[in-house]
Amino acid sequence: MRTRSPKIISLLAVVASAGLLLTGCGGQSSEGSEDGTSGTVTVDGSSTVAPLSEAAADLFRSEQSDVNVTVATSGTGGGFAKFCAGETDLQDASRPIEDDEIAACEAAGIDYTEIIIANDGLSVVVNPENDWAECLTTEQLATMWGPDAEGTITNWNQIDPSFPDQELSLFGAGTDSGTFDYFTDAINGEEGAIRTDYSPSEDDNITVQGVSGDTGAVGFFGLSYVEQNSDSVKAVAVDNGSGCVSPTAETVQDGTYAPLGRGLYVYVANASYTDKPQVKSFVDYYVENASQVAEDALFIGLTDEQLTTAQDELASLAS
Amino acid sequence: MTTMTEPARSGAPARAGTSHFTGRARPVEAVIRVVLRIAASVTVITALGILIALVVPAWGFFREVPVLEFLFGTRWAPRFADASFGVLPLVTATLWTTVIALVVAVPLGLGAAVYLAEYARPRVRRVLKPILEILAGIPTVVYGLFALQFVQTVVLRDVLALQTGAFSVLAAGLVMGVMIVPTIASISEDSLSAVPLALRQGSAALGANRMQTTLRVVFPAATSGIVAAVVLGISRAVGETMIVAIAAGNQARLVGGPLEQGQTMTGFIANAALGDSRVGSLEYDTLFAVGLLLFAVTLLVNAISIRIVRRFREIY
Amino acid sequence: MKTLSESVAPSTRPAPLASSSRNGERGLRPMIFLVALWLCLAVAVVFLITLVATVAIQGAPRLTATLLTEYPSSSPERAGARPAILGSIWVIATTAVFTIPLGVAAAVHLEEFADRSNWFNRLVEVNVQNLASVPSIVYGLLALSFLSLLGVQDKNIVIGGALALSLLILPVIIISTREALRAVPQEIRQGSLALGASQWQTTWRQVLPSAVPGIATGSILALSRALGEAAPLLLLGALVFVSFDPNGLLSGFTTLPIQIFNWTGRPQAEFHDLAAATSIVLLVLLVTMNALAIFIRNRFQSRW
Repeated sequence: MRTRSPKIISLLAVVASAGLLLTGCGGQSSEGSEDGTSGTVTVDGSSTVAPLSEAAADLFRSEQSDVNVTVATSGTGGGFAKFCAGETDLQDASRPIEDDEIAACEAAGIDYTEIIIANDGLSVVVNPENDWAECLTTEQLATMWGPDAEGTITNWNQIDPSFPDQELSLFGAGTDSGTFDYFTDAINGEEGAIRTDYSPSEDDNITVQGVSGDTGAVGFFGLSYVEQNSDSVKAVAVDNGSGCVSPTAETVQDGTYAPLGRGLYVYVANASYTDKPQVKSFVDYYVENASQVAEDALFIGLTDEQLTTAQDELASLAS
Repeated sequence: MTTMTEPARSGAPARAGTSHFTGRARPVEAVIRVVLRIAASVTVITALGILIALVVPAWGFFREVPVLEFLFGTRWAPRFADASFGVLPLVTATLWTTVIALVVAVPLGLGAAVYLAEYARPRVRRVLKPILEILAGIPTVVYGLFALQFVQTVVLRDVLALQTGAFSVLAAGLVMGVMIVPTIASISEDSLSAVPLALRQGSAALGANRMQTTLRVVFPAATSGIVAAVVLGISRAVGETMIVAIAAGNQARLVGGPLEQGQTMTGFIANAALGDSRVGSLEYDTLFAVGLLLFAVTLLVNAISIRIVRRFREIY
Repeated sequence: MKTLSESVAPSTRPAPLASSSRNGERGLRPMIFLVALWLCLAVAVVFLITLVATVAIQGAPRLTATLLTEYPSSSPERAGARPAILGSIWVIATTAVFTIPLGVAAAVHLEEFADRSNWFNRLVEVNVQNLASVPSIVYGLLALSFLSLLGVQDKNIVIGGALALSLLILPVIIISTREALRAVPQEIRQGSLALGASQWQTTWRQVLPSAVPGIATGSILALSRALGEAAPLLLLGALVFVSFDPNGLLSGFTTLPIQIFNWTGRPQAEFHDLAAATSIVLLVLLVTMNALAIFIRNRFQSRW
């Protein structure tokens, strides 16, 4: 038995050093925060709005490094389910809250404040090599994406005879996504009405990957993703009856990019705001620096009018 | 040890080959034995847990969706307003990726195993075996990254200029195949090595060259192990998640060809996990129904393997 | 997957036949056969080299201190994998604490104390084999169910991930520990019993210490497999933007494979480079763990 000891001792030494390493890393705390707030802020919801919240969390950390902000992307619908169950502090949403969600929040006793945090032009995108679809009318989009198109509309020349014979490959948001809700409502006339033979994903990044990889591909997501991936995808102009309008900051802010111009929302759980100082800290920072954050994340910022409204909402929360 | 003067008494079931000299069993040892037994039971509890965890929500699912519609329906759109729950699209994608993976893995794995077992000199083995082990240790996420960015983009789209989009079952299947090679190779190699030298020597004495010996004597003798290896490869391919989630695509459709994209069973579960499913909702139960199917397939494959191994095993 | 028997037991393979220079070996067909075998190995090796090379080349420029010390960010220049590295360490350490004692205890029971004719023990043995081949995502479903049952809302916590991974590698640890215990010769046990030790004393003071190197090797290899797993954690909601260090068993976390998956999913090329660089970090960690396991095996393994 004695002869076994050196082996055990060496092995214990290895384990001990690993343990020291662990405590060394784990115990390391960064420069303290200014006013000592710490804790967690849980953000969930739209994958369109998530980059904005992530940018806010990023910038926020330079001020309050002891606050842990997590940003998840369960989709606007999925996020609301969690929000109205009291599981999250902030809800990112790419569409306004709906009646059944309002009811759920009321039933659970969750009071919230709605803040428009940025603007977005929901963009229809195609592959950069697509040189025929520069502008699509809303009717053409409905033909392409409506429930009746399932199994039948499979080629670009069915959308417009002047388009080439190119197979149509569709990518887009999944059913938990606010982008999905907004797009189906605006284009197909009814939320949730869509053909089901496309590649759905709650993660808009996967849609970008899909569109960028296929010449005949088409997809839809928020403008910030177009800006972030300008070399992989191309936005088409949308004609709502008054001419082709491309999604840009100007056309979205002045409302000419229709029907796909929309606001992006953040819902704050009032209880979290009043009871958790770190949530108050983060939300205050987010709204105060909304323009900076939007610029950082390549989003369309708020108009001056919208900024004032947001600050008023915040003030009413605090009081 | 203080028990030299104690009378020896048997206090535990004897291992084969030992006498009943087990010494006096102290009371604390009885406790220790119980603790060990509980530890071993955890595996049974886990297996039961998996079964219950899968069956209960699946039961809820099958109350809403008829089993036949699930198993044989061809439209998989579980989360849409106009929902359908036919799982065949997921199954076709899984089949495609698995078959492509096996087409790659079985020849490469068996070839490597035969070489290592029959031909390689010890020095060569010392270099090659670690390389195979490294292949086995690479995380599947990294394989997935490689499949999407290199195999699909550079090899299939750019170099070979094939008609394919951003995702394909071919890219996922090829990479999965190489991932499985070490599994098949190491188990096959073990079983090839376990064939006694005497058989090889006998064959050589009869004038056979090494290739003939390998193919006609050693291989058949090692059949049970090789089959076990291939079957283990199949169950790994069916159960693989990350490579297909990253590279095979997200569209649940009946996959008709290797260059098409598709969503496998595991890919669906992973993708659905990215959203939100309320506990108890049909969407939540769907996850588990597909999980149950996956589990059943794996168990079936394992059971077949055990059967075949038992049938072909040669005892020397 | 290392051949577990190779990890712990000395090699007892028959040596290949001495190469002969008889005419039969030089024929065309045997040569083609040999070349075909060589090709098989060559393809595997070339694949490995290509994979490591592309990952290394893509990731090397981003393998900076920023990667190791900074937090994820929506802008690639500022992003780092620090929470992922610490998260991985936390989760693997917790997994080890759960699963190694449990696995070793179970293996000791099966190998040293169990009555083989007992139906329960046979069931356990068959079970372990089955569990080892269950897809990893099913373990994620199991953990998800269990945590839902307990009413845990935020399942993306260190202890949740550790639960899923522990159950995943438990069968592997049991199998490798059993191999290690089997490699200890019966004579050791018999001698100890003959000297009047009880069975537990024999196990605790003779068999286990001899088997420790084998057990350590097997455990480290199993943990390195857990380190590379992402699928079970996805089901717990681990695909989240995490900008802080884990600070407890109930803390949110992310791991290296999840972070790689996260960044791979972003279309911007810079994030792919980051994913590649993080893969290098992960591979280095894995190679280190494997090397440690091999070192322990070579240095401490008793040859009987």
